[in-house]
Amino acid sequence: MTTDPLTTNPVPYSLEVSGLAFAYPDGHQALFGVDFALERGERVALLGPNGAGKTTLVLHLNGILTAGAGSVRVAGLPVDRAHMAEVRQRVGIVFQDPDDQLFMPTVREDVAFGPANAGLRGAELEARVTRALERVGMAEHADRPPHHLSFGQRRRVAVATVLAMEPEILVLDEPSSNLDPASRRELAEILTSLDVTVLMVTHDLPYALELCPRSLVLSGGTIVADGPTPKLLADETLLHAHRLELPFGFSPR
Amino acid sequence: MGSGHAHRLHLHGHSPVHRLPAHTKLVAVLAFVVVVVSTPREAVWAFAGYALLLAAVARAARVPAGFALRRMAVEVPFVAFALLLPFVAQGGRTEVLGMQLSVSGLWGAWNILAKGTLGVGASVLLAATTELRDLLLGLQRLRMPPMLVQIASFMLRYGDVIADELARMRIARESRGFRARGPRAWGVLARTAGALFIRTYERGERVHLAMVSRGYTGAMPVLDGRAATRAQWSAALALPVTALAVCLPAWTL
Amino acid sequence: MHVPDGFLDAPTSVATGVIAAGAVALSLRGARRELAGSAAAGPTAGAAGPGAERTAPLAGLTAAFIFAVQMLNFPVAAGTSGHLLGGALAAILVGPFTGVLCVSVVLLLQAIMFADGGLTALGTNITCMALVTVVVAHLVFRTLLRVLPAGRSTVTASAFVAALISVPASALFFTLLYAVGGTTDVPIGSVAAAMGGVHILIGIGEGVITALTVGAVIAVRPDLVHGARGLARPLKLKVGGELVDAPAAPAAAGPAPRSSRAVWFAGLAASLVLAGFVSFYASASPDGLEKVAVDHGIDRGAEEHAVADGPLADYGVSGVDDERLSVGLAGVIGVGVTAAVGTGVFLVVRRRESARSAQDEAAARESTAGHGKS
Repeated sequence: MTTDPLTTNPVPYSLEVSGLAFAYPDGHQALFGVDFALERGERVALLGPNGAGKTTLVLHLNGILTAGAGSVRVAGLPVDRAHMAEVRQRVGIVFQDPDDQLFMPTVREDVAFGPANAGLRGAELEARVTRALERVGMAEHADRPPHHLSFGQRRRVAVATVLAMEPEILVLDEPSSNLDPASRRELAEILTSLDVTVLMVTHDLPYALELCPRSLVLSGGTIVADGPTPKLLADETLLHAHRLELPFGFSPR
Repeated sequence: MGSGHAHRLHLHGHSPVHRLPAHTKLVAVLAFVVVVVSTPREAVWAFAGYALLLAAVARAARVPAGFALRRMAVEVPFVAFALLLPFVAQGGRTEVLGMQLSVSGLWGAWNILAKGTLGVGASVLLAATTELRDLLLGLQRLRMPPMLVQIASFMLRYGDVIADELARMRIARESRGFRARGPRAWGVLARTAGALFIRTYERGERVHLAMVSRGYTGAMPVLDGRAATRAQWSAALALPVTALAVCLPAWTL
Repeated sequence: MHVPDGFLDAPTSVATGVIAAGAVALSLRGARRELAGSAAAGPTAGAAGPGAERTAPLAGLTAAFIFAVQMLNFPVAAGTSGHLLGGALAAILVGPFTGVLCVSVVLLLQAIMFADGGLTALGTNITCMALVTVVVAHLVFRTLLRVLPAGRSTVTASAFVAALISVPASALFFTLLYAVGGTTDVPIGSVAAAMGGVHILIGIGEGVITALTVGAVIAVRPDLVHGARGLARPLKLKVGGELVDAPAAPAAAGPAPRSSRAVWFAGLAASLVLAGFVSFYASASPDGLEKVAVDHGIDRGAEEHAVADGPLADYGVSGVDDERLSVGLAGVIGVGVTAAVGTGVFLVVRRRESARSAQDEAAARESTAGHGKS
């Protein structure tokens, strides 16, 4: 690739979304001009009520949906047909239900699926799989079928399947849903130990506060707030206006 | 089905039979059954020989007789049918225990019982000594279209997930006082089936998204490339070759 | 309960094996188009052709659904219960190709996992339970939809009739196979009558359950019912908006129709030649008249033996007397049915092809409209 933007821009954003608008073929419009950018290594929460367009936005980040208007760039690469394989390599999406994500017969094969699609084979592939599983503490379960793991373990393996692709940016859709407190804490420890850019889509505000120094609020298909998480969570008017609520008795300070 | 049922079906072990590559065992069982099926039914002693061969394999595989016989219960409806044949078939009659029975019906019943039982026995041994996944990979090695193998793998992976969903729906029905009694309950049950289809299909769409997100383009990366050695082939094929040796005199005598 | 090893003679098993393999091969191609959906055209279309990457997960999950739904017991009376066979349901919900494919995969796994159905009888089982059931159900269903006034109640009524007919059709086809390649001589005429009778009863159950299930799906997600797509399309414009509805590119008008048609032709011709060859071979065999015995519809499991015993007891009534004549007849009928089924498949394919290209154009227009709004 001679025109690789990486070489022209010394420090590209991990993720750069500008003017992104999208309508489904039936005319229902979900995004109305979304703008934001994530620096490399940042951990950012994307907060928003149900129906705000969070999932639609996530599906744009690796080109499953393509922008009606505006653009998405991953590490400087535009998300378009020409760069699709590269982009999917760099954006790792962890979906909400790990059963949807873990479709292979064993944990090992599932983690190997992504890198193998990228052309890795043999010892190199094996090493990649082992490393990814070790990072989420699931190496000893490599040969088990996903169905036999607990929900929290499955969520961690789902993270590993994406880490094995060595992504530039990790996107997690509701990572804390259905987790018991211990699994929740374990996942948080894993996520904070990673050195990748993380975009966490959630309405679990305490989890966002714990993990992400910065937050975005998506509501009605646009970004309505962008700033340090403690500051946003302290703004009761903002939260109230966008159907976001802190749990009872929880104080962001 | 799936891993849950597989546990009941598969006997974990490390016998020489377990260690043979799946595709050699598949070929061996298929060839064995073909030999059995093409043996003339009058050669009663040949079928006794086949049964001894299967017993020897079961012994080598350390499959307990009780397990194999229990698994063979799938055959029971056909046994019931075969027992009817002597009463209903036409042709010459003979008297057995004071009953007028058709000679060709007796031969027909014997034919179905003997061949069916040996076929079931061979399949049960195959399933008991081979992991399902290996069976599918074996089929792929034997040139079954990879797409078919993929579909079958998905069915295995999600069979349990879907059966669990069905079980949860049943519990939900019964918790609200529903008892399935007679055709009046069909409406409710059919709505369950309909809901199950919708959930299953939607899950299929989510799985597809998760796959595409990790670079899937329609072809599964081939990860398992275990070829069989000549010794393994000869070990596996010992069964059908011996059976053939039994069969040949049955044809000529 | 599936046909075990040794039930039919070797040539018949081989012939049904070839037919089954051809049917599955055709279904793999057809299912790709059926499952392509509107997203296949989008950016995700990969090296294996449009829709290829949707086939495995969706057909796999549908197969798992059919397997699971066969475990759902429908109580009949006095402690007995039956379950859905699912061929007609699959044909209507996901389309004939995907239906054949999914039921075949279920049968394959039942054979290698549970020893349910013999390995050498796999072709027979697929031909009877996947191919004949699904194709007959689909043809009846489409015909009725065309003849009757459009509407949801038509869809459920057609589903009922299609499922009802598909069950005895499959049983009768098996009877024919048994007449050609069975291993015991049972009077075929009366057996065919008895088989038909029992299976109409079973078919009524299948029909009611299928119709109710299709109705339940249509009520919630009409867009998911393949057989009701004509009905659902205007609805989808208003309601749609599922995750995967990416803008469709017009370039995605299905994989090269011409070449696949050639493959269909070849498969059809091969099956016909083989079916003809085999019945000739079978009637020339010195074993003489071989006749029917079983059905796959006793199928409903051991509980239903009460139903099955009655007609079986009638097997003693004598059937056709002239042995050679009946074998010859059976062979001719066998070829005829194969030809009819084959032609049906071909006609459906051809019609679907033209319908599909029209639909693709519509989808393309739709997506352009979507772009315009944003």
